[in-house]
Amino acid sequence: MNLVERYVHRRFERASRSAEQRVGLAAGIKWAMRYVFPDHWSFLLGEIALYSFMVLVGTGIFLTLYYIPSDSQVVYHGSYPLLQGTQMSEAYRSVLNLSLNVPAGLLFRQVHHWAADVFIASIVLHLIRVFFTGAYRKPRDLNYFIGLTMLMLAILEGFAGYSLVDDLLSGMGLAIAYSVAMSIPLIGGQLATLIWGGPFPGNSTFWPRLEIVHVLLIPAALAGLITIHLAMIMRQHHSQFPGPGRRERNVVGTPMWPAYALRSIGLMLAVAGLLFLLGGLIQINPIWQWGPYHPYLSENGAQPDWYIGWLIGALRLMPNWELVIAGRTVIPNPFWGGAAFPLFVFVVMFAWPAIERRFTRDARRHDLLDRPRDRPVRTAVGAAFLSWVVVVFAVGSTDRIFYRLGVSYTEQIHVWRVGIWVIPIVVFFATRSACRSLQRSGAHPLRAWQGNVVRRRADGAIEVLDDSPDRVEPPMTEPPVGTVPGQDPR
Amino acid sequence: MSADDDKPISRLARLLGVLVAARTAARAAANRGHSVPRDAGGTEHPGSGIDPSKRVVPSDRRAEGLVALLLVFAAVFAFAFTVIYVVLSGDTQLLGVAVGGALLSLAAACIVAGKFVVPQETAIEDRGRLLDEEQTGEAVEMIEAGGEGISRRAMLVGAGGVAGAALLTAAATPLASLGPTLKSLHETPWARGVRLVDDQGRPYLADEIQIGSFYTALPENKDPESFGAGLLVVRLPAEFIHLPAPRRDWAPYGILAYSKICPHAGCAISLYRYPTYAPTSEQPAFTCPCHYSTFLPGEGGRLVFGPAGRALPQLPLMIDSGGYLRAAAGFHEDIGPSWWGVHRAQS
Repeated sequence: MNLVERYVHRRFERASRSAEQRVGLAAGIKWAMRYVFPDHWSFLLGEIALYSFMVLVGTGIFLTLYYIPSDSQVVYHGSYPLLQGTQMSEAYRSVLNLSLNVPAGLLFRQVHHWAADVFIASIVLHLIRVFFTGAYRKPRDLNYFIGLTMLMLAILEGFAGYSLVDDLLSGMGLAIAYSVAMSIPLIGGQLATLIWGGPFPGNSTFWPRLEIVHVLLIPAALAGLITIHLAMIMRQHHSQFPGPGRRERNVVGTPMWPAYALRSIGLMLAVAGLLFLLGGLIQINPIWQWGPYHPYLSENGAQPDWYIGWLIGALRLMPNWELVIAGRTVIPNPFWGGAAFPLFVFVVMFAWPAIERRFTRDARRHDLLDRPRDRPVRTAVGAAFLSWVVVVFAVGSTDRIFYRLGVSYTEQIHVWRVGIWVIPIVVFFATRSACRSLQRSGAHPLRAWQGNVVRRRADGAIEVLDDSPDRVEPPMTEPPVGTVPGQDPR
Repeated sequence: MSADDDKPISRLARLLGVLVAARTAARAAANRGHSVPRDAGGTEHPGSGIDPSKRVVPSDRRAEGLVALLLVFAAVFAFAFTVIYVVLSGDTQLLGVAVGGALLSLAAACIVAGKFVVPQETAIEDRGRLLDEEQTGEAVEMIEAGGEGISRRAMLVGAGGVAGAALLTAAATPLASLGPTLKSLHETPWARGVRLVDDQGRPYLADEIQIGSFYTALPENKDPESFGAGLLVVRLPAEFIHLPAPRRDWAPYGILAYSKICPHAGCAISLYRYPTYAPTSEQPAFTCPCHYSTFLPGEGGRLVFGPAGRALPQLPLMIDSGGYLRAAAGFHEDIGPSWWGVHRAQS
């Protein structure tokens, strides 16, 4: 230790002691520094969501300082020539000014938009990882429910965010949201006029309502749930994949301090850095091109942000069924695709841990994760359900496919109305048999090169050179008679 | 880091000592972990008895140099951000590259430091048991002991429940003041005599409406932002007009008007198919760009494709003495998306 290091050490020790005498955190900090994180890349998906949320809060604060939640009609006289003299809402004008006149304003707006897309994408991937490894089983079922709740809130939050802009695209989205709210049986009319303050497009109280929901109510709920989510993980410790020395009762991995903390901070900075590169270099939602929203205007070929794609797909795929009894519209059409479909998807996901317990009769605590192949039925059910939702999502792009490839829109819809039921069945059986055959062969097609390199020697004999890096058994020089290399000889 | 460190051997010895101590400690901790009784339900996997814990203290001067270099990069990028902001008054692309570059350099520095500069350790931590039935029982007892000596428990709980429910109802009541009456859902600005104007307020002459294109019309001197304001106006040759009998006189000189708001999900209809190409489309049609509901203007707005649950509402037209288009009456049904109390067409 040289002089400087010794001085720093003394100061640090004194500061720590002074803090300990006042708040007494040393024991807790010691515990946290020794907290063990199991190493697996798929455990980082949730961290990416967390760090995107931080970027969203940071950039969002900047945007809030410029946004005006008002539908007062004004005439634009700003710097963008193509909209000169156009009538628009004050909200839209404030976002135009933020994007085109405030230095770095467009950068922050685009980073915010990209971060929202990445936030929800990483939550969905995290959910997929949690499902297929059985990480939702006791004791993590509560945390799984919290995660699902956060996913619902995140989708709502993203929708509210891009609706605030009041450009032509977001206005169309709000009209659809209003129609879905109206379509709820019995209470739809009351609910929609209550949210919008009157018939669409609503009165001027709607805009401050939407803003407070987007900048305060949902973010505060998300922040609270994230805190509970993380606290619960720390209390139960991370789950882990089976491996050398790994048991139900322990956690094997890298302690928080210093290596894991540095790597995780590195991930946080990398997520933020990539989001800033995206926001700076790749244009997203150029609102000045869409123009202002008026209820009598719309644009063709409109597409929402990706996480709304499954809802627009469901609305498009649904036949024109509307339940009318004695002249009274009991269930209007948008209810099926816009409300019943997402509700069903989330109800199934919330109910899944209980459904699985009922079939497996396994209510024990599980801290070791499953490999997807070791639970062929769960994996197949999950893959089939996922494919069902993904098909609906894909239907959201049928109009773009028509514009790009010229495939008739109506024929696409007719094909998908059959495909939506056939594809999940095919996926179920294909996944189940793939799981079983992987179980038998022990191969890891995604992990590394699994084949054997074969060389013919000068004397004509065949030599097998195994170069698979993570093969457990010693490499073979002669293949056993009557077996295929890489397969269990039994 | 310290170039003036003249005793590398003593430093190495100290590192070695730390390493041995840490290893011993980790082993001891691991052994304690192993002595924890196994959970009855826990499944053990082959190889779970192996002790994977280890601690390696690196001494990689090149990695340390790389970290320092990356930190300098981060500083350069971050400084560039300020320069770009001031000098180029905020070019979005350059600003993005500057912040992104700074954050990514910092990220790389952290990751290199985390992997090659600081001690690398694999440790085993005991999970502990969440379920402590003894404690749970005691906690329940402690809570229940708080009610000791109360004789009329049911009465108190009942009264408390009533008070709570009443308070919740009171708290929810103001929600009602958020919404207006549902009557406004049946209203549109259209009534007999209202003139059709374009989005600049110029009234439409019947002569201006050409076959083959569609026109957006709004009510004169009424709020154009109201949901029911927008109209689609087209003129069709007689061969395409097959209106139901009660609507015979709704389309003077083949000019038809429909609500522009799709009765499916409230988007403005903005696609019009005309002229028709006989093999694929027999009739002129309106299509909504949101979910592609398709309606026939010649047949009273009948739906031929898509998810809409009812026809497009039609507005009866008339032509005044000046040749201008006017509404002959209001809508005979509700415009916009359907709901529980929607008034549908009777025909």
